[in-house]
Amino acid sequence: MRTILFAKRNTKEILRDPLNLFFGLGFPLILLVLLSIINASIPPEVNNPMFSIENLAPGLAMFGTAFMALFTGMLVSKDRTSSFLMRLFASPMTSLDFILGYTIPMLVISLVQACITLLASCFIGLELTVNLLLAIPVTALTSLLFVGFGLLFGSLMNDKAVGGVCGALLTNIAGWLSGVFLPIDLIGGAFKKAAEILPFYHSVQTIQAVLSGNFNKLLPHLMIVLSYTIVIFVLAIIFFKRKMSGGKA
Amino acid sequence: MSAITITNLTKTYGGFTAVDNLNLTIEQGELFALLGLNGAGKTTTIKMLSCLTKPTEGNAVLLGDSVKERPQSVKEKISISPQETAVASNLSVIENLELMAGVSGQDRNDAKKNAEEMVIRFGLNSVRKKRAKQLSGGMQRRLSIAMALISDPEILFLDEPTLGLDVLARRELWTSIRALKGKVTIVLTTHYLEEVEALSDRIGIMVSGKLAAVGTVVELTEQTGTNNLEDAFVILSGGVV
Repeated sequence: MRTILFAKRNTKEILRDPLNLFFGLGFPLILLVLLSIINASIPPEVNNPMFSIENLAPGLAMFGTAFMALFTGMLVSKDRTSSFLMRLFASPMTSLDFILGYTIPMLVISLVQACITLLASCFIGLELTVNLLLAIPVTALTSLLFVGFGLLFGSLMNDKAVGGVCGALLTNIAGWLSGVFLPIDLIGGAFKKAAEILPFYHSVQTIQAVLSGNFNKLLPHLMIVLSYTIVIFVLAIIFFKRKMSGGKA
Repeated sequence: MSAITITNLTKTYGGFTAVDNLNLTIEQGELFALLGLNGAGKTTTIKMLSCLTKPTEGNAVLLGDSVKERPQSVKEKISISPQETAVASNLSVIENLELMAGVSGQDRNDAKKNAEEMVIRFGLNSVRKKRAKQLSGGMQRRLSIAMALISDPEILFLDEPTLGLDVLARRELWTSIRALKGKVTIVLTTHYLEEVEALSDRIGIMVSGKLAAVGTVVELTEQTGTNNLEDAFVILSGGVV
């Protein structure tokens, strides 16, 4: 009951901010249209599938979820610094109520965002299949990584710092090292190594494996993403609970 | 019967002792004012009593439950209005109140009914549908206190509740606080000494983390040989009248 009440409050806080609506739902669509236009202008003889809709759709579905880190981080941080969390920490709410209350709205927003991005991709040429419907919850599952980042940084930093780290730094790293905007194989070297070590490239590959029906490729990528997610969430819970008990984290 | 029993309560941060070996008993229904200069340890004491920070040493028992051993049970009985205004900025006045009522365990109908009562009682009816961030500082402060009271707590911590309120709003809040006297145990921190004289049953004066004196206004003035609370406070805090 308390979890649901808190989750409802968090959903309202996020959706009542027009900037959040733009970045959460509109921005991936704008990128989809722009990159599709770029793709259409690439001559066929170049044979560059980088921005083909089969690569673009999973890439932008993942990139859209990167904003969940910003939304979660800003919300947690603002709640902390405005003393709103202090009030709730003195109430009977448990740490589980808080963690789930922040996570559930982000999962729902990620589901809606993935729906919009992937279904919009169908208008640009992506085939509408059962796999596409399956890719929607899988995208939401991979978004948990970013929700964890948001919880972690929101527990440690003020909202300005969260804006810098989750808004500018993390979305850029996630974008550049996911293979959405740059051809990782072509660049190779340390860049490719970093992309393979970090989870963002694997998130895109996970969604792509589901979309294309190559389920044998799904598990290795998904395991890497989930491993990172678990580690980030455990750290976030540790630091959040420390804040709850008055520690300086 | 005592509502709060504090025994050797201590809080240290590294080498700094914020609260030093505090011993105090507050009776049920009493309004106890905790006074002190900035950094005297008032807010840290309130944070320990409301389970927001763990004591380094000692203990406090609130209505039979220890803040160290049964913090969850303590949280069922208390409410706090923090020093800074603590509201959900994008929720309306009524949504903020319903949220806190629900969090305290009230069902949907009770939460709605109590929220309606609170907007009337705290003069928030005209702004009930406004988002909290659109309210003036004074209105936000009223909402913050109404949110602390909607859970019908047995013990209420008010940390500088009238900070930033104009004279009329302050007097209105005093009336609301007076109406709670005898029913709710209240621990109040404030820098306004006229507020303490108007509201409190007893006063504790903290100096550098220690409880320097406890008593009624009359007892403190007699103890210091002064004519008013302000002079008594200045002397007990180490100043010169």
